[in-house]
Parts: sequence; C-alpha cells; structure tokens
Amino acid sequence: MIRPIEPGRWRELAAEPQFRALQRSRRRFVLPATLFFVAYYLALPISVGFFPETMSRPVAGPLTLAYCFGLSQFAMAWILLALYLRRARHFDVAAAQIREQETQELTRLVT
Amino acid sequence: MRTQQTLVMFAIFVAITLVVTYWASGQSTTSRGFYAAHRKIGGLQNGWAIAGEYVSAATFLGITGLVAFYGFDGFMYSVGWLVGYLAVLFWIAEPLRNAGKYTLADLVSLRLRGRGVRATVALSTLAVTLIYLVAQMVGVSALVNLLLPRLGDVVPIVFVGALMLVYVIFGGMLATTWVQIIKAMLLLVSTLGLCLLILVKFHFSIGAFLSAASNVSVAGKATNLLQPGLLFHGPLGAWNLISLGLALVLGTAGLPHILMRFFTVPSAQAARTSVAWAMVLIGVFYLATSFMGLGAATLVGEEHIGPRLYAGQAIEYIAHHPDQAQQLNKQLARQDYIVPKEDSNLAAPLLAAKLGGSLLTAFVAAVAFATILAVVAGLTITASSAVAHDFWFSLIRNGRGSETEHLFVARSTAAVVGALAIALALALRTYNVAFLVGLAFAVAASANVPVIVLALMWRRFSRTGAIAGMLCGLLSSFALIALSPLAMGDRAIFPLENPGIVSIPIGLIAAIAGSLLFRDREAEQSFDQLQVRASTGLGAEV
Repeated sequence: MIRPIEPGRWRELAAEPQFRALQRSRRRFVLPATLFFVAYYLALPISVGFFPETMSRPVAGPLTLAYCFGLSQFAMAWILLALYLRRARHFDVAAAQIREQETQELTRLVT
Repeated sequence: MRTQQTLVMFAIFVAITLVVTYWASGQSTTSRGFYAAHRKIGGLQNGWAIAGEYVSAATFLGITGLVAFYGFDGFMYSVGWLVGYLAVLFWIAEPLRNAGKYTLADLVSLRLRGRGVRATVALSTLAVTLIYLVAQMVGVSALVNLLLPRLGDVVPIVFVGALMLVYVIFGGMLATTWVQIIKAMLLLVSTLGLCLLILVKFHFSIGAFLSAASNVSVAGKATNLLQPGLLFHGPLGAWNLISLGLALVLGTAGLPHILMRFFTVPSAQAARTSVAWAMVLIGVFYLATSFMGLGAATLVGEEHIGPRLYAGQAIEYIAHHPDQAQQLNKQLARQDYIVPKEDSNLAAPLLAAKLGGSLLTAFVAAVAFATILAVVAGLTITASSAVAHDFWFSLIRNGRGSETEHLFVARSTAAVVGALAIALALALRTYNVAFLVGLAFAVAASANVPVIVLALMWRRFSRTGAIAGMLCGLLSSFALIALSPLAMGDRAIFPLENPGIVSIPIGLIAAIAGSLLFRDREAEQSFDQLQVRASTGLGAEV
C-alpha cells in the first residue's frame, strides 16, 4: 500500500539536488539539439527558396545540392535520434533513483 | 478485372481486421481499455502503429504524385514530416506518457486547472482531428474515382465510415492499434516492393535511375526533377516553402491522434522506443515514396499520370499547343475545384500497373484503401476521447459517473463523430480539400504546440495564457487559410498557401502575453508537480 504524493511534497521533490541535476542534464542535451535541428531544417527551405541556382547544381552525379541536402536531413534526424537514445539511458537511471527513493519514503510513512 | 482483384484483396484485409476487432472487443470494457488499450502496447508495436497512423493515403499517393510531377519540391514535404518527429522525441512523448491520462487536455489541466482550459484544449483537439478526418474521408471518393470508377462515390464513403466505426466502437484503441500495425506493414511491403521493381528496371544502377530522373519530359519540356523550384517558384515561392516547412516540422508535435498513441504504452521508455521505431519506419517509407515518385515519372511518363493537367502546367501547355486551348479550357472549367491536384495521386497505382500488371495495381489500390480506413479509425477514437472524456465526463459530469456511462458516452460520440464525418465527406466530395491537411497541421502547430511546450517548460504560464494562445492560434490559422490563395484564388488577401509563418508566432505570443498579463499563482505552484511527474514518472498513470 503506497500513499499518494501530497501536494506540498512535489515542491520539495522539485527542489532536491538530484532532480535539479536530472533536469539540467536533460536540458543540456535537448535545448542545443532542438536549436540545431530547427536551424538545420529551416536552412533547407531558405537555401532552396532564395538560392535556387546554387542549389540546382549537380554535386554527386546528376544529384543536385538541394537533393543531397534534403537526404542529409534524414541522416541528421536518425543521428540525433541515436544520440538521444544513448543519452536517455542516463536520464532513466536518474529518474528511477528518484522514483525509488520516494516510493520507499511513502511506504515508510504508511507503516 | 482490376476492380474485382482490388475488392478481393481489400476484403481480405477487412476480414483480418474484423477478427482482430472481435478479439479486442473483449478487452475494451473499461475506459482505460477503450482509450488506452490498458497501456499494454509495446514500444515496437506502438512504433509501427504511429507509422500507420501518420502515413495517410494523402502521403502514400499524394507525395508519390507530387514527386512524380515536381520532383524535389514534392520531396520537401516528406523531409519536414520526418524531422518533425525530433520535436516529439525531445519534448513531447515521454512527458506526455508520464503526466497524461487519456487526452491532451488531461496533461494541460494537470497544471492549469479549471473548466476554461480543458474546454479550449478539447475544442482545439476536436478541430484538428475533425479537419483531418474530413480530409481523409473526402480522399476516399477521390481514390474510388481514380481506382475503381465503376463503384460511384457514395457507397464507398458510407462503407469506409461504417467499417471504421465498427473497429472503434467494438474494438476501441486495441483494435485501432492493430489495424494501424497491419496497415503499416502492408504499406511498407508494397512501397519497398515497388522500389525493388524500379531498381530491376534500371538494372540496379542508381546512377542510371537518377540520370533518367534528371531528364524527364513534363508538358513537352525536358525537366530535371532533381532540381528545386518546380512547385514553389516566383517571388513568394521561398516564403511559401518556409511557411509550409514551419507548419510541417512543428505541427507533428501537436497532432492529437499521434499524441494519443503515447498513452497506450506502459512507460516513458516505451514511449521513447516507439518514437524511435516510428522515425526509422517513417524515414524509410518517405525515402521509398520519393524513389517511387521519380520512378513513376521516368517509367510511366506524364501523359499517363496526369490526363488532366495542373492549372499551372495547363497554361504552359496552352502556350505550346494553342490549337488545343479551347478544349483544355473547357475541360478545366468543368471541374469545380481550383487546382485538380488529385490527378497526381494516380502516380503510384500507375507505376504498379507498369511494373507488375493488374494484380500489383490491385494490391496497391487495396493498400491505399486500408490506409484511409486505418487513419480515419485513429482520428475517430481521438475525436471521441475529446468529446466523451473531456467535455462530457470531466466538464459536464465533473469527473463523476460510472465506467459504464463513460464507455457508453465514448462509443456514442464515436458514432456521432463518424456519422458527421461521413455526412461532411458526402457534402464536400466534389470539392478540392487539399488545403484541409495543411490547415490541420497549421492549427496543430499554432494552437497546440505552444501550449504543450509552455505548460511543460515555463513556471509563469497561466490559464489565461493557455486559453489566449490556443484561441488565437486556432482562429488565425482558420482566418489566414480563408484569405489565402487556396480559398480565394487570385483575389487572395493573404498571399501564402500555408499560414504557419504568421499563425505560429501569433499563437506563441498570445500564450506568453496572456501569461504575463494575468498571473496565476495556482498554476505556478502546480508547475513543480508537472515538472517532477513529467521528468521522473512519479505518480504516472498505470
């Protein structure tokens, strides 16, 4: 039997150093990664829209610079996915620790 | 002959999915089972289901056709649709699973209590889902006209609508999920199969294939499909591209029928795994559609893909063949719609006919129907959750009421939503509704995404901010589409076809301004709870 977490407890949990560290490390990955993928993605319509001549240049056989850039977006998405999946394992460990501590605490309060 | 083959293959798909629905019906007896499949769908399964939910017939047939006609510019769509999943992966999937219950409104109202917020979120969910649903259902008649012209278009719309309702009402989320999975597998098999056949035609030489694609005859003119600017050109071409790109890349993270899938998995890890699988599958699929589009252009040829030409090409065509101008004009005038883009939808089936004969064409056509059917089922259950769970159960009944009542209301609203979609689709079936999918993405990106992200990230975010952001995003998207060339043609007041570049900032600024002007102490305090829950999974729904 586990007690539900009381409203005031969330505030204490949010202030715990362990939780702050988890949030920080998450943000340290997610914020730059988001800025990067949005910028990399928007570079495609911007370059294609404003510099069509340059982007029409064939670079790999008949494949144009625009198509190569478009295809590279797929690679970019998959690489960021792989990096995030690897990083997320650390987040999982930290989150599980916080969950476990709190569950023990709640069980202790009941007994 | 082909009609019969298509119908037989489609009937097999229907039979299998009905067996699945019968099996699932025994497990959809609680609201948790009905909306969230008891949260027992695995990460891999959910990944397939997301892919199935996301890749509509509009993408399967539409993108292939766009690439066949416009090459690179058609390919641009799929790039945005894949990259958009990074936003889902980084910001949405895990927090949503940890802090949500059945609907988007559940997540937002965890912090921003009160009826106004829930009603607004539910309204926006309903708007996006219904727009998307009608677009898909109208697609049924376009598809039937193209693939099985002898069937008429009333019977198929009613049939698809009724079948979708059987899945949703009896099988709930579990049946819907498996319909998506089966459909996604069929779709992937057929696209990869077609790609293989294209490669065989070119003796497995990618170089030869690309050379052919770089020199295709469009409207009697040699065209390089690998080069940008065939669809988006002129002074506003770049802005159209950027606006569309923004809506595509941000809209995915605000599509309620995709977000709802994250409530069906057991944990945040499983939610993450499912996005990962979905990104792999969707990426492969989009690469394949691009390949198919170029293949159709090189192997089938434009005279077969587009018996009726696009408006823009028609003008060019008339310039080269002045003697045929009168006849062509008459042909264009006979169609009620502005740009008869549906014609390009034939690219994939025609490619199949060229490469594999009538049996393969029938298979591709049957897969296209299965695709529509699965997507409308997912949309219907999402719309029903917004009405039954948010409006009825949470707002009207204040969270009281028995499970039986909850389920009864959920099933009845599914029936009403389905009937409404069938009626709208029948009424709109002769119009060009291509703008509806763009509108759905624009509303999702402008109304839903700012609110989800701010609720999860920003302590000062308030109820007023959420309501203001959603309503402004919603209304500005609608207004700008109504004033755009898609609705008004040459007399358009707003010059761009997609409102994203204007409506997304409007939604975001309204949400921020509303929060700064009207502070909300309660929401600031409950930020801690949402933050801890979303990040650690403490107190997550099981």
